Amino acid sequence: MSAVAGSTAAPGAAGQMDFLQVSNLKMYFPVTEGILIQRKVAEVKAVDDISFAMHKGETLGLVGESGCGKTTTGRCILQLEKVTSGQILYDGKDVSKLNKADLSQYRQKVQVIFQDPFSSLNPRMKIGEILAEPMRVHGIIPDARKRDERVMELLNICGLSTRFADRYPHEMSGGQRQRVGIARALSVNPEFIVCDEAVSALDVSIQAQVINLLEDLRDEFGLTYLFISHDLSVVRHICHRVAVMYLGNMVELASCDELFDNPIHPYTRALLDAVPIPDPTVEAARQHKIVTGEIPSPMNPPPGCVFHPRCELAVDSCKQAAPEFREIKPGHWVACTEV
Amino acid sequence: MSAAEVTDGLSLKQAIDTRSPIQKLAGLARRQPLGAVGAVLVLGMIILAVMADVISPFDPTDNNFQDMLIGPSAEYWLGTDQFGRDILTRIIYGARTALFVGLVSAFLGATTGLVLGVSSAYFGGTFDLLFMRFVDVFMAFPVIIMALAIVSIFGNAMHFVILAITLPIIPDCARIVRSNALQIREIPYVDAARALGFSHARIILRHMLPNVMAPYLIIFTSAIGGAILLEASLSYLGMGVQEPTPAWGLMLQGGAEEYVESAFWVAFFPGFAIALAVFGFNMFGDAVRDVLDPRLRQQ
Repeated sequence: MSAVAGSTAAPGAAGQMDFLQVSNLKMYFPVTEGILIQRKVAEVKAVDDISFAMHKGETLGLVGESGCGKTTTGRCILQLEKVTSGQILYDGKDVSKLNKADLSQYRQKVQVIFQDPFSSLNPRMKIGEILAEPMRVHGIIPDARKRDERVMELLNICGLSTRFADRYPHEMSGGQRQRVGIARALSVNPEFIVCDEAVSALDVSIQAQVINLLEDLRDEFGLTYLFISHDLSVVRHICHRVAVMYLGNMVELASCDELFDNPIHPYTRALLDAVPIPDPTVEAARQHKIVTGEIPSPMNPPPGCVFHPRCELAVDSCKQAAPEFREIKPGHWVACTEV
Repeated sequence: MSAAEVTDGLSLKQAIDTRSPIQKLAGLARRQPLGAVGAVLVLGMIILAVMADVISPFDPTDNNFQDMLIGPSAEYWLGTDQFGRDILTRIIYGARTALFVGLVSAFLGATTGLVLGVSSAYFGGTFDLLFMRFVDVFMAFPVIIMALAIVSIFGNAMHFVILAITLPIIPDCARIVRSNALQIREIPYVDAARALGFSHARIILRHMLPNVMAPYLIIFTSAIGGAILLEASLSYLGMGVQEPTPAWGLMLQGGAEEYVESAFWVAFFPGFAIALAVFGFNMFGDAVRDVLDPRLRQQ
């Protein structure tokens, strides 16, 4: 764990070791008006120029408030959205330019676990079918009997009884369904999994079980996770490195311990400061740094540094130029000029 | 993981229903009395259509000029028409025509609409926009005018009559199914299917279609009544199936207008059959809707 945690993966700079390389990713959603002829009246800048790289076997946490572009980043990597501009290189190949056969290969290598266990499974399909279908479609296991055996194996790996193969999703609890979601992602033998708030919808005791399962699977199959979450304690537990996003921008990226022990960006500090301490006396005595104001609309983000209207360190120059995402210490990247 | 997590627990939805199928049906009939009446009418019509050869007392096309325009009597329960054909027999055989045209048209129309509506919602963008505007244009035509136009262009062979009745059902169904499919499209299991690299056809047919079956069944059952009525209208206007095929609309047309004062039964009974069949299918369709979509019941 520590070997990867100390990684100096340079965001934006290509390296041989980099498994996934995201550079200058932009995802703008057009806001249109008109019935027959649609005019673009505005853009929602969900992700605005972010760059990062990931190593094989590492878990990168992506944290930030709702609407900051975490999920959109994940969806771009999964090729569920057509990116506005920028590159996503996976094993050195631009994933937006893959042909049909290569895209099919990519879909098997890169999988997703969704947040809501209730809507991520097709209610009309039995669990066994849900798990067998990807293997049949991709011809991973052409033989039906061996495929069924693999379904049972997947259920076991994810801590579910094999009896569930004949069940429908509505007959299962949230935690069980989330395990099915994980088993489905594993059915195509992926190497990279986007965990999009994979445990956020589960209650705390189930959350811990699912996190342990994700950790076990990572160790067993050498999986790489992009772990999207707003839950900082979960991120701290499972991730090697953590990136903080704010309003479509990446504001800080560092190894997990470094980021939590030594946050540099004013937004990261405020975010970490907002985590309550589970001791009422300490919590009551504590001085909170409260971020004032509201998150600006991503349709009309502030010029310069997007955080400047709410930042206590902001100076005049912050209003003009967007700060460079610079490496302030080895492996510790920050988008702020005033630290 | 705890034992509780892996134990296999049935949810409340799966609570064992100990009632027999007959008790369940009786319960359903109590909650949907009109639907039950509709179901009985539909069932009766199906039996008549299937068993027409066995049940009907006479031959539907046999002219008998000795017994023209006889009122309802012991021999001819519903009387005879101006060619001496037994009206009851022709109504029974007419059920066959009506049911065949109604079921086939409603099924083809609703199913085509289902596939087009779901595809439109799934692909979105320009395809969706153009398809929906095309549907708008289609829906702007009065149904009967469009059906008449199709029959006058292609002719009134049975399959063209079915085409004429099918086409107006497609846009209605496509539009309603599309609005449902738009919601389905945003549900993560569709994204999961895309992320797993499934083909568009597989996602549409396996992952989206089964989840819009409720609106589809509602449209299908309620379209049958409309299709029967449209078939009767076309026959009545002389643009549907032709003599001597027994069809309800045709029976109304024949001599019915001439004899309406002297022999009311020639027009009354076929008209009553049409009304009863359409009523039956509409009530049945409403009940299907209520059962499948409890949200609509409150409205």
